Amino acid sequence: MSEKLLEVNGLKTYFYTMKGVVKAVDGVDFLLSKGESLGIAGESGCGKSTLAFSIIRLVPAPGRIVGGKINFMGKNVLELNEEEFRKTIRWKGISMIFQGAMNALNPVYTIGDQIAEILVIHKNYTKKEALEEAGKLLAMVGIDPRRIRSYPHELSGGMKQRVVIAMALALKPPLVIADEPTTALDVVVQAQIMNLLKKLKKELGISIILISHDLSLIAEIADKVAIMYGGKIVEIGSSEHIYLNPKHPYTQGLLGSIPRLKGEIKDLTWIPGVPPDLSNPPPGCRFAPRCKYASEKCNKEPPMIEIEKGHFVSCWLYA
Amino acid sequence: MLALRIKVNIMAESQLVYEPSKTSEIILYVEKLKVHFPLRRSITDIVKRKPRLYVRAVDGVSFDVKKGEVFALAGESGCGKTTTGKSILKLTPVTNGVIGYLPSEKTLNEVNNIQGIRRLTESGHLDLNSIPEKFFKPFRAEIQMIWQDPFGSLNPRRTIYEILEEPLDIHGVGSSREERYDIIAKMLEAVKLTPPDEFMYRYPHMLSGGQRQRIVIARALILNPKLVVADEPVSMLDVSIRAEILQLMMDLKKKLGLTYIFITHDLALARYIANRIAIMYLGKIVELGEARKVIENPYHPYTKALVEAIPEPDPDRRHIIKELPIKGEVPSPVNVPSGCRFHPRCVVLDQRPELAELCKKKEPPLIEVNQGRYVACWLYANK
Ligand SMILES: Nc1ncnc2c1ncn2[C@@H]1O[C@H](COP(=O)(O)OP(=O)(O)OP(=O)(O)O)[C@@H](O)[C@H]1O
Ligand SMILES: Nc1ncnc2c1ncn2[C@@H]1O[C@H](COP(=O)(O)OP(=O)(O)OP(=O)(O)O)[C@@H](O)[C@H]1O
Ligand code: SF4
Ligand code: SF4
Ligand SMILES: [Mg+2]
Ligand SMILES: [Mg+2]
Repeated sequence: MSEKLLEVNGLKTYFYTMKGVVKAVDGVDFLLSKGESLGIAGESGCGKSTLAFSIIRLVPAPGRIVGGKINFMGKNVLELNEEEFRKTIRWKGISMIFQGAMNALNPVYTIGDQIAEILVIHKNYTKKEALEEAGKLLAMVGIDPRRIRSYPHELSGGMKQRVVIAMALALKPPLVIADEPTTALDVVVQAQIMNLLKKLKKELGISIILISHDLSLIAEIADKVAIMYGGKIVEIGSSEHIYLNPKHPYTQGLLGSIPRLKGEIKDLTWIPGVPPDLSNPPPGCRFAPRCKYASEKCNKEPPMIEIEKGHFVSCWLYA
Repeated sequence: MLALRIKVNIMAESQLVYEPSKTSEIILYVEKLKVHFPLRRSITDIVKRKPRLYVRAVDGVSFDVKKGEVFALAGESGCGKTTTGKSILKLTPVTNGVIGYLPSEKTLNEVNNIQGIRRLTESGHLDLNSIPEKFFKPFRAEIQMIWQDPFGSLNPRRTIYEILEEPLDIHGVGSSREERYDIIAKMLEAVKLTPPDEFMYRYPHMLSGGQRQRIVIARALILNPKLVVADEPVSMLDVSIRAEILQLMMDLKKKLGLTYIFITHDLALARYIANRIAIMYLGKIVELGEARKVIENPYHPYTKALVEAIPEPDPDRRHIIKELPIKGEVPSPVNVPSGCRFHPRCVVLDQRPELAELCKKKEPPLIEVNQGRYVACWLYANK
């Protein structure tokens, strides 16, 4: 039996806005073993980033975690106070590569200083020790360590993203969450960054949660894939389950819309309509207004069914 | 070295160097197009008499577009795709080169007597650069652009009706309010925003991303253009709804007899919709040919790397780490490398060091390798 690293149960994170309650994460469950990587896919606004923010407890206001459990290495981290969480979990246990982080590097500090700062704060390194370690971290992500004195504007987009990855790895956490780590990058640079993440995963034995709207990208790294729709996971299973035997109509729709590089050119399909308004989601199955299989039953919320070992789907077609 | 150069000249004769076709089938051709942007100099640069530097955004590009086809321009960020597109619409100053456009009979008659407009071919191609701005209006109606960003390209303070009425206003289309209303309603129906009355009085923020992109398309098509330059028309949209917009564009193309220049960085997508494709690198075309053939069996070392880099929804991929056949990063278009501009990144030179001298010194011509397939690389060109 592989060792549990992260277990999320019934997680709910809502935004309390003037216009109403946005149920961005609305009852999410999943399990991740040590060294295993998870991909989370879904359309814009389905709650991927909010789920990630919840796991490292940085949900922005007016958002709040309002229910559920997050067990990390045997501890329900939602029960820790902020001080404990910051000292023991955030960055040391779970780090995150934020969506758009490469453009959020501080322009007035060198990249060496920015990496070193993490080590000074969390590990009580001296400035000198920290800079030395920063150089090693840069080398690990494929940047010449002599560049610790460079400023962010002196680096290309791909190099900045490598710096952000180095920062996330500074304390060698067992879990790194990468939220759209390649969106602003060109395909060649994207492939180089994915190769880097793959290598780090293998060499360091870390788990990666990769968040992306792009299922092709997720296939590059994920052992397990979760498909999110309207604040919920609608299907989860091994990569093989999801890519080779997708069951949920939404998953099938997502995969059918991806143009392929080889093989016969079949008409691409698409998912008609728009994602639900999460402050006023449809009752029952949230995908129903866009689903070609929708029936009367779908007005009730479908249960999560295990249709083969480790492959779960939430749809009345299988319940 | 001298011996080498002579050899090149002699041998090159047996290979066809790319030249755009200029027959009546060709709605637009671009020949040796250059767009260089001067970099701002600081006072000290001026005092020290440092030479002015240029961003060589487009640096000698030639291609032709057949009536009714989808011609894709592809390549990574900054390679000059948008600048090439803009130069066709006279939206950027052209440094050098010719843009030949075959206008409709009507437009041709309208500008027939105007002095200074250069007619380039028997078929009636006009040199767009030679047309003064004040006579360019009919061309603006015939050649339209769909902009890269559907979120930024619609005025947030105007209703959909007003947005679509603007081009009609400018070009004096529709004599009465009723007639314009009809044109706008029909256009909204054509882009499947029905019933039109439900959308006309909304503002852009009241639409989804996909619906906004339909408005952008409607605005581009409302003047009945012949040629549409579509700059990454779906890249800002979720993958799940892209195919719907593309299908719409293809249906409209058929229905209205359009020709598309389709700018994209997504080769897999280009394989589905483009007839032919040109791959650009640092302001130059490195490979040109039938889209499926180029993407399924790329010849140029750069195209090969681009194709290799594309992720695929295949669960086996996570078990392999495949090094990309490309080195380093894209250099700045201010300092374009000598010879073949791809040489600092080319892995072929590691295996074929004997080519290195030539690749570093001399720019490879875009030559025909087989029927309709052109590559700019010394691996293929006679030396
Ligand atoms: N600070 C906030 N205040 C109010 N609502 C928010 C806030 N942040 C996110 N939301 C809402 O929560 C939902 C989920 O947003 P989230 O950013 O998690 O989506 P996402 O899946 O990461 O999307 P993307 O792919 O665009 O990054 C959306 O409906 C969004 O509008
Ligand atoms: N007005 C301008 N002044 C100076 N440089 C410019 C200008 N417009 C474009 N450039 C530069 O010219 C080069 C080509 O830009 P262009 O926008 O054509 O690229 P692109 O292929 O469309 O890229 P992307 O995929 O990012 O849209 C870039 O280096 C860009 O910075
Ligand atoms: S539960 Fe019904 S509406 Fe939802 S995905 Fe399944 S069939 Fe479609
Ligand atoms: S011309 Fe030389 S450097 Fe350029 S792509 Fe071909 S082999 Fe590589
Ligand atoms: Mg997000
Ligand atoms: Mg562009």
